[in-house]
Amino acid sequence: MSTVEKAGAGVGTYVDKRLGSNRFLSRSLSKVFPDHWSFMLGEIALYSFIVILLTGTYLTLFFKPSMVEVVYQGSYVPLKGIEMSEAYASSLDISFDVRGGLLLRQMHHWAALIFVAAVSVHLLRIFFTGAFRKPREFNWIIGVVLLTLALGAGFSGYSLPDDLLSGTGLQIARGIVQAIPIIGTWGAFLLFGGQFPGDDFISRIYSVHILLIPGLILALVTVHLMMVWVQKHTQFPGPGRTNNNVVGYPLMPVYMAKAGGFFFIVFGIIALLGGLVSINPIWIFGPYTPDQVSAGSQPDWYIGWLDGMLRTMPNWETAVGGITISWNVFIPAVVLPGIIFTAMALYPFLEAWVTGDKREHHLLDRPRNAPVRTAIGVMSLTFYMLLWIGGANDVIATTFDLSINSITWFLRVALFVVPPLAFVFAKRVCLGLQRKDRDKLLHGYESGRILRLPHGEFVEVHQPLDVKERAIIESRLATDHAPLPMPASVDAYGVANKNYRAKRLQAKLSRVWYGDQVPAPTLAEIEEGQHHAAHGALAEAPLHAHADALENVPFHGGVLHNPGEEKTNQQQLDDRGGHL
Amino acid sequence: MTDVNTHEQSDHGSAGGRLPVADVPHKPRRTDVDPKAARRAERQVAAMFTLSVLFVILFVVAYVAIPKDANVYIPVLGLVGAMNLALGVTMGAAVFLIGAGAIQWAKKLMPDVEVVQERHEMQSAPADTAATVDQYERGKEESGFAGYKIIRRSLLGALALFPIPLIVLLRDLWIQPSDTPNPQAELETTLWRKGSRIVVDGTYTPVKATDLPVGGLISAVPADLEETQAEQGNQNARGKAAILVVRMQPDEIRSQQGENWDYQGILAYSKICTHVGCPISLYEHRTHHLLCPCHQSTFDLADSGNVIFGPAARRMPQLPIGVDDEGYLVALADFAEPVGPSFWERG
Ligand code: HEM
Ligand code: FES
Repeated sequence: MSTVEKAGAGVGTYVDKRLGSNRFLSRSLSKVFPDHWSFMLGEIALYSFIVILLTGTYLTLFFKPSMVEVVYQGSYVPLKGIEMSEAYASSLDISFDVRGGLLLRQMHHWAALIFVAAVSVHLLRIFFTGAFRKPREFNWIIGVVLLTLALGAGFSGYSLPDDLLSGTGLQIARGIVQAIPIIGTWGAFLLFGGQFPGDDFISRIYSVHILLIPGLILALVTVHLMMVWVQKHTQFPGPGRTNNNVVGYPLMPVYMAKAGGFFFIVFGIIALLGGLVSINPIWIFGPYTPDQVSAGSQPDWYIGWLDGMLRTMPNWETAVGGITISWNVFIPAVVLPGIIFTAMALYPFLEAWVTGDKREHHLLDRPRNAPVRTAIGVMSLTFYMLLWIGGANDVIATTFDLSINSITWFLRVALFVVPPLAFVFAKRVCLGLQRKDRDKLLHGYESGRILRLPHGEFVEVHQPLDVKERAIIESRLATDHAPLPMPASVDAYGVANKNYRAKRLQAKLSRVWYGDQVPAPTLAEIEEGQHHAAHGALAEAPLHAHADALENVPFHGGVLHNPGEEKTNQQQLDDRGGHL
Repeated sequence: MTDVNTHEQSDHGSAGGRLPVADVPHKPRRTDVDPKAARRAERQVAAMFTLSVLFVILFVVAYVAIPKDANVYIPVLGLVGAMNLALGVTMGAAVFLIGAGAIQWAKKLMPDVEVVQERHEMQSAPADTAATVDQYERGKEESGFAGYKIIRRSLLGALALFPIPLIVLLRDLWIQPSDTPNPQAELETTLWRKGSRIVVDGTYTPVKATDLPVGGLISAVPADLEETQAEQGNQNARGKAAILVVRMQPDEIRSQQGENWDYQGILAYSKICTHVGCPISLYEHRTHHLLCPCHQSTFDLADSGNVIFGPAARRMPQLPIGVDDEGYLVALADFAEPVGPSFWERG
């Protein structure tokens, strides 16, 4: 033991005597984490959030969240002598007069973009692999809340520098609040301390941005990770992996080194981006004033879909009896996002109700094995992407010389037509892949080698699957579930079934869910099929040993047979440990 | 290097013990079988950590040595601030290398055999559940929560009402001026009055009708805006009063919101979009279309400012204008309808 280790052990003992920490550590250090590239998405989110906290804290030291008008005297010449809010002036100071300030600003902004992107893609991974199923529904809900908070964090941060773009975003936000029936007008006046833009909003949203939202995110991330810890990570199917174990690397040392190292990688990449790639050059936009706007202004990417909904919505408004309801704003900006996020949060429960599956799931689904879920996901993604097109309709129109009106009309139709088509398409693809899997299990996989049998027939050699692939494909057997039975309207004693209609709906939906599944073969059939394939592959060998093997090379594909080699193919096969 | 086989004699996942190796096909790595490769990996990792130190030193040097306003030309990036570039690259490299080193170490030199840990069902053992229920029942019993009906009800009432002060306290987020009955009153009026001179935004110079050619466009505000703004210390008045003044041939005007609200083909419209409030300035003088850059609502200024496309539901409010004794453009009254986004009480 080196002296450092001795000191460490001393501290460890000191703490353990007071907290019993070794009880926890002994179990934790050997905790197993499965490995897969897609498990890094959540890590990226976590690490970029840490970078956000770090850089944001530096920014607070220099940023002045005030709307008091000052005359700019800093070193950015084009804006010298111009009146602007103190918030904007201090953001300019951060960019031009604080050494490294621009780097911090840009790192903060890049980290924010990466954070929201990582959270979103992480959520997709969870969705498509069914990782939200029992027992992980709570963590899914936390994830949806985190996504919402991430959007709020990004929007509130974007609003702080009080440049022309950020102010325009706020103006839109105010218009949206005002469109909420009954409470909208009052809500807007309370939020902004009066009329737009007022003099309070930046300092208000500042405390939301640096305290409220990050505090909530931090608390929820902590709970999120504690649950992952307690429930252990899910894993993809593979050899030796079951629903009752975790196969992977122990926390100490491999996972610790990989995850810890990955934090520095993410941090490093964000710093490189901050140094190399300009983001949000606020000095170009100029200070905010409510009567100017820059054309082609685009929000950060994660707001694009909301903008797209606002742009695509027809201009419906009702004015009756002294009141006005702005459907054109209220529906796309408040109602639909509300419905979308609620549906997203409830999804695990809806799916569980439809499938009637009450088991714990620790082995991830391959997306093809849950065709309806995958199709729902693809459908939603298509909807989202169409909205992105809507959010960029002006850019698309000018780039491709189209009319904005026709893009908008296209979207008004496409938003209803294309996603269902995407659903059907995705489901078909899944079922096709299922069929292929079934063939592989029953007949082995097609080697591409053609064999001429002694009686002249040509056949393709099938080979048994390797251990890994077979385990992956076979994993479906363990999770398959039959559709729910149709309920009886009266029970055996003739008493009416109270929940009959709900139960019947559930059973019907469950048929839709499982209906088209390509039946998985039984274990016995698979054994037989694989055995057969192995046999077929071996059938190739004697032919090669035959004296006329050389002539027949093209027909055997010549894979095993090396001309001039003395050994028979059987011997070569043995040399390779039976692998072709 | 750690011996990859040490996991094998493990007992079955007991706390702290070695975990069993997973039954997975496993190929040894170069570094497992070739001591030279292992040595090479070791040197690589150490080199990365050492380079990281170097970059930290370079960071400090750059911070001290590079002038704040120095720019450098970098292909692809263009002209960029030298300080930002140097700090970002050195800090990024320093941090990245620590990560790359650690991962290389883990991948090449730490064991790469997967181990197995058993899971346990999440649900508690029945005995634990029974004990919990028991304790709950005992608590209910001892506190008398079930028995003391009035206590229970009054407590629930008290708990339901106690957030009220927290909500009431939010009321003065808007300190309502004593002469303002409700928010609506503020949204319905702007700085424009009969006789307010129309001045060019930014320079505050008044506009003679003859200054504005047909097809011309100016962004304008009321003459007393500058003063009001200084007095109020915010941009609220500007947010409602901003207008666009355009001139077309009088016979091109198909309709307007009030009779003779133009002056010899000069029309004034609010600049604040009726959708959600972006200021508009994209004007196509041949078609007289006004396009909002935010969500592309399009208004026809030759036809009462009506919406011809896009998500906005209401026309752009028109400001009635004329000229004063000196020939300068003035407003004849305030807007007849509220400017900007709709709101519930608008009617
Ligand atoms: C929770 C996730 C967060 C996200 C997604 C986020 C996002 C953003 C964004 C996009 C900006 C605009 C940056 C620019 O281009 O100037 C910003 C500004 C800012 N953020 Fe954050 N932020 C987060 C958390 C924090 C935290 C925790 C702090 C402080 C402890 C913070 C402090 C600041 C400050 C002071 C500014 C204004 C800086 C300036 O405009 O120059 N942020 N944030
Ligand atoms: S604000 Fe003008 S179209 Fe939305």
